[in-house]
Amino acid sequence: MSEQAKKVELIECPIVLNYNFSAGRAPTQFLRGMKQGKLIGQRSPLTGKVIAPPRGACPESGLPTTEEVPLPDTATVITFTIVHLPIPTSALEPPFIVANLVLDGSDQTFIHLVSGCANEDVKIGMRVKAKWKDQSEWDYSMDNIAYFEPTGEPPVDIEALKASRLEEAKRFLKAKAETK
Amino acid sequence: MAQAGSEHAADDVLRASFDVGYTYQRLVGPVIGEFLTGLRDGKMQGIKGSNGKVICPPTEYDPVTAEECSEFVALPSTGTVKTWNWVNQPRPNHLLKKPFAWALVQIDGADTSLLHMVDAGSEAAMKTGMKVKVRWAAERKGFITDIECFEPA
Repeated sequence: MSEQAKKVELIECPIVLNYNFSAGRAPTQFLRGMKQGKLIGQRSPLTGKVIAPPRGACPESGLPTTEEVPLPDTATVITFTIVHLPIPTSALEPPFIVANLVLDGSDQTFIHLVSGCANEDVKIGMRVKAKWKDQSEWDYSMDNIAYFEPTGEPPVDIEALKASRLEEAKRFLKAKAETK
Repeated sequence: MAQAGSEHAADDVLRASFDVGYTYQRLVGPVIGEFLTGLRDGKMQGIKGSNGKVICPPTEYDPVTAEECSEFVALPSTGTVKTWNWVNQPRPNHLLKKPFAWALVQIDGADTSLLHMVDAGSEAAMKTGMKVKVRWAAERKGFITDIECFEPA
């Protein structure tokens, strides 16, 4: 049967919501860093934890975060999923990996892609490093990092990582109290 | 899906247009499917309800008795404006880029009305009870916009 003779069974009815998104002060600072290829977190004055990407307030206390903390572009895979469905606006070919990562020196996870290895080889605790796009393509965007790729270092125990981060936050608070 | 572009604002906070889209598709079922197939072929159709009344656009079930409808009725592409609302300033998503009317049009031979646009040129040209006819879209694909709009008959 020709396309014209076929009975209509399906209609396209997309819904598009046009937002004007305002990043806010803290994410703006973060994105300005990204434009220069730098990752900059912020530290909570109450807990000593480092938040990256920062939202401008400590998620536990609500206190404003103002102290900036430069961070490396290496991270640990906290959890991940293998995406098998194509995303309409993305050129990515499924299956690909979306991971919850924590940057070294940060206490908050964020979502990014992990690639540069076989999907089966991605594991929780895997050490990864940002694969930056060419500098000419950098914008005020997390997409300046194309994906994170394995560093080849041995995997990290997540519970041990959590414990060491808590120790780090405590050390920071203690040092802060002593300088007062 | 999301798309963003960035720009500087006067207060130095980054802003960007950000479109969130849902790529929904909808299975139309046998009755709406037949109606849309008719529109694609330039034909207006209604369906007979259990009380003998003709429903256009057709529904799968009679709105009063809930009985299943199946008997399609060929209708002309002319009708009467039952009620209308003038749009002075079309919004970006409106298909007509000039002032137009949203109207309930009762197709001749039907007992119910169809919501669509009327391109009457001016509000003064709109009247409840006025006769209108379908302006078919040049390219039709089996969608309600195969009726580009109605225009005064």
